Amino acid sequence: MKVKQDHRTVGVVESRDLFIDDPEALILESGRKFGPINIRYETYGELNDTKTNAILIVHAFSGDAHAAGYHSGEDSKPGWWDNMIGPGKAFDTERYFIISSNVLGGCMGTTGPNSIDPASGKAYALDFPVITIQDMVKTQKLLVDHLGIDCLLAVAGGSMGGMQVLEWSIAFPNQVKTAIVIASTGRLSAQGIAFNAVGRNAIMSDPNWQGGNYYGSAEIPRQGLSIARMIGHITYLSDESMRMKFGRKLQTREDYNFDFSDQFQVESYLEYQGDRFVERFDANSYIYLSKAIDYYDFSSRYGSIDDAISRTRCSFLVISYSSDWLFPTYQSKELVYAMMRRGKDVSYTELDSPYGHDAFLLETGRQEIIVSSFLKSAMEGRR
Amino acid sequence: MSRHEDPTRFSYEEISRLVSAGSTVLDLGCGDGELLLILEEERSCRGRGVDKQEDMVLACISKGLSVFQGDLDEGLKDYPSQSYDYVILNQTLQMLQDPRFILEEMIRVGRKIIVNFPNFGHWQARFQLMLGGRMPQNKQLPIPWYKTPNIHFCTRKDFIDLCGDLNLRIVDEICLNSAGRRLAVGKNAMATQVCMLLESKKA
Repeated sequence: MKVKQDHRTVGVVESRDLFIDDPEALILESGRKFGPINIRYETYGELNDTKTNAILIVHAFSGDAHAAGYHSGEDSKPGWWDNMIGPGKAFDTERYFIISSNVLGGCMGTTGPNSIDPASGKAYALDFPVITIQDMVKTQKLLVDHLGIDCLLAVAGGSMGGMQVLEWSIAFPNQVKTAIVIASTGRLSAQGIAFNAVGRNAIMSDPNWQGGNYYGSAEIPRQGLSIARMIGHITYLSDESMRMKFGRKLQTREDYNFDFSDQFQVESYLEYQGDRFVERFDANSYIYLSKAIDYYDFSSRYGSIDDAISRTRCSFLVISYSSDWLFPTYQSKELVYAMMRRGKDVSYTELDSPYGHDAFLLETGRQEIIVSSFLKSAMEGRR
Repeated sequence: MSRHEDPTRFSYEEISRLVSAGSTVLDLGCGDGELLLILEEERSCRGRGVDKQEDMVLACISKGLSVFQGDLDEGLKDYPSQSYDYVILNQTLQMLQDPRFILEEMIRVGRKIIVNFPNFGHWQARFQLMLGGRMPQNKQLPIPWYKTPNIHFCTRKDFIDLCGDLNLRIVDEICLNSAGRRLAVGKNAMATQVCMLLESKKA
């Protein structure tokens, strides 16, 4: 129904699969050869004749290939970045060809720990190799090559997506014209790693996790994964946004009953988010992807931040949000300063927002204007 | 009235004529990027802007300019020395916490610097203070003392003294009178606006 009401939607879209039936499809950062792999992806808009209008969207931790539009006419929820992708939107599907894929190690169609290991005929579980942000990017490169695109007009993403954008610019400097890094960093803070560690601990200490071998069993680590997601959601919000949204209000009563049945609104929100997450996300993917975020340090392979940035050849747009304490502004600035020191073309803005880390999904007004004008200047060859 | 329409202020064309074609420019307090755009389009310069305000940064990005949202009072610590041909500070010097520090930083980062500021030594200001006994408030300085963002006023003479302290040579200078016309003589008392192109004497 919603499809018909919204003029700026890409409408009903379909996911596709690129299956690479090769046991050595990828050489991982760890040195291990890995394959076969499946890449779940979606595209919106049309690739132009010169193949110069392609933009790769890379998703954050819990995202998927379904970035825009609806999977059917009855679908109630659009893709995760629908407010940014569509006709006339920031990623304008009337101008650009948009590619979005699920990351390696994910659980939404691209090969991950819940995929079947051809060697054993069972799900990989913890036999799935430890993967990194670089491995995700290498996987996306296979897809981009498959689509016949030599150079991407832009790679764009927020949070864990921003890390992949940065990695694209460093690993494939000649294939990226512009890079849009939103609410992200080149290396997660100790505080961020700490929260991820608690999330993984919650999952691994759930008896139903069974050392990761819960696939096909009657019980899955529902409780552990739900708690991990609750912690995640706390880090995505801010003190101010929680105060505005929930305050100290109780969910079902006006006055305290002084027993444990009392629930504050914020509690029931977190519980709801946790429960919903369990329905769509795989606990082992949580462990692998959060570890990939923790491991990522874009400078580690090149000596220093500046040496890593020196490799890049694209124009950058870096956006941070004032109340984001998971990927704080100072981390974005660290990147931008290195780009300036190395004489790279970079624009940076810190948008004022109360919504914490989640702002990159919510603050679409100003973000849309900035991204669309940046892309427009890139398309016109002014970047 | 935006500043480039105000006849008593320097037009962007006037400032841009001080910049050699094809050079690299860092514009501090760049506002909506009009000056940078003129420099890029008409003088084939490569530029970057710095501004504190979100809406100004947005305006610059819309023009295809490269811009950094930041506070000039924090200095230019992450800019390598001598990395720009010109560093421009347009109508901002007197608003900064430490004007001397920013000038030192500008001349470290840029081979030449362009600075303009309102001249507090204009005769009207002198008379208002001397005869009226109150802080000058007039067409050029319309905001009362308690509201003005201009916290470090100076006269043309004061500025020239500071340039001496900082070992700066005045390469070129434009002074405007209250009608917006260029002055050849009587600059200290007649100029409402002063714009200087400076370089280090050491170079």
